[in-house]
Amino acid sequence: MESELKEMLIDLDTLKRSLPDPSLLASIDKMQSRVEHLTDLAKCAPARRSKVKDMSAEVVDSNPYSRLMALQRMGIVENYERIREFSVAIVGIGGVGSVAAEMLTRCGIGRLLLYDYDKVELANMNRLFFRPEQSYTLNITTLQGFETFTSSLKNKTFCPSKEGSGVDLVLSCVDNYEARMVVNQACNEMNQTWMESGVSEDAVSGHIQLLVPGETACFACAPPLVVASGVDERTLKREGVCAASLPTTMGYNALKDYFPTMEMKPNPQCSNTACLDRQKEYILAKPARDAAAAKAKKDEVSVPECPVHEDNEWNISVVDDSEPITADASSSDTLPEGLVRELPTADEFQKPCDPQEMIDSVDDLDELRKQLEALNAD
Amino acid sequence: MEGWDPTTKSSLTQIPLLSTKAGPRDGAAWTQRLKEEYRSLIAYTSMNKSKDNDWFRISSNADGTRWTGKCWYVHNLLKYEFDLQFDIPVTYPSTAPEIELPQLDGKTQKMYRGGKICLTVHFKPLWAKNCPRFGIAHALCLGLAPWLAAEVPILVDSGMVKHKDDTASASES
Repeated sequence: MESELKEMLIDLDTLKRSLPDPSLLASIDKMQSRVEHLTDLAKCAPARRSKVKDMSAEVVDSNPYSRLMALQRMGIVENYERIREFSVAIVGIGGVGSVAAEMLTRCGIGRLLLYDYDKVELANMNRLFFRPEQSYTLNITTLQGFETFTSSLKNKTFCPSKEGSGVDLVLSCVDNYEARMVVNQACNEMNQTWMESGVSEDAVSGHIQLLVPGETACFACAPPLVVASGVDERTLKREGVCAASLPTTMGYNALKDYFPTMEMKPNPQCSNTACLDRQKEYILAKPARDAAAAKAKKDEVSVPECPVHEDNEWNISVVDDSEPITADASSSDTLPEGLVRELPTADEFQKPCDPQEMIDSVDDLDELRKQLEALNAD
Repeated sequence: MEGWDPTTKSSLTQIPLLSTKAGPRDGAAWTQRLKEEYRSLIAYTSMNKSKDNDWFRISSNADGTRWTGKCWYVHNLLKYEFDLQFDIPVTYPSTAPEIELPQLDGKTQKMYRGGKICLTVHFKPLWAKNCPRFGIAHALCLGLAPWLAAEVPILVDSGMVKHKDDTASASES
């Protein structure tokens, strides 16, 4: 590009000299100064760095991975380079999603898939790193959007040898119930592990949930309290504005620095059929899982325990700071301190209602459509 | 259902309930669900007409996944009419349709971007509790109708929405 601009300057110079009419000189001068300006701009534009072939642990200024690989050198992470083999899908590139995307990029993640249905607006500028003209648009809640979404998750070009879907993790960073249910549906169908997140509209509380289809509760297993019980939402939500982040008031409370954690077993009466299928598979796979666990335990025993470092000149030791487990931790019936159950446990299956007998009613879709159109006509 | 006006309540009880829990990806079951949707919409529309309370028109595309039409509201003896549209979500009927009035986009805070009316407080808990028995007709009756009744007077009184005769005469003068 620079050589092209240089030639253009020469051409302009020749033109200027050969011109008999001096009245055009000013405009040619103007053009020349513009080309000079363009040349400067071209010099400033950063050249795109080619992909670094290996993650090196060498501590030199020019190595973008030296600080990350230090984690491996210090024994914090066993195989840090493997991060480049992983791909993560982020649904919703808002306050949570854009930060997650940035952090994963800084960590050297192999591949990111980003989804959002909205346009970037100036009102988003306090939490996004994109400019309004850079946008990713896909509404995953529509039939067509859902197909595009799932097929992009199934795309295995990044790592053809991987089992299951084409991604290792899906992060749901959306702001509404409908989109969460869609991510839940897709992940249940694909048996894809995912994480759900939410921040309350006053930004001082939020929640994080890990969802492993079949093994832990899916998003439909335990719908948000306000929706499930019909608790008057006005008690939970400020009047006036319809801000987006809704049933996210449970979980972390930053004002009190209160962060309860709990395990949620899948709901055997879950309304999501894909979830029920995954639950069955998980139960069927139990013997194999137990055998693998027993084998791992055996292997662990057979390796004699020895100190990680031969000498310990400074007498450094790791102190166990986890709190002693008092209650039966395996039982998910026990709630962490500060939480109470709002609803009684269900003891009855909701029977699917019998299809209504409509003997004398019309049963042809086109006929019904015509009837409605007739009503619409007048 | 406390807090609902008696007219809405009595209309609601007369809209036929649905029974098939199926979404647009469920093939034959979805066709069955669509038939039920049509039956309840036909019943609701005819009931509105018989009670001189006709207030919407709606029809769908061939596979029943996108619905478009008009709805209107009478305020101070003037009729205000709006385009009405929504997609059936893939997770339908677990999640309710997000009803859109695109002409009102940006004119009221009781709306999400794209003109989706806010149903969160007054309607979604009801929908969740009555899944799969509620359908499109119920969403219009319990979701859209109260929204119009609450918002149109405010929009008109604040000048955000002008009657079509007003705007026509304003542009002429």
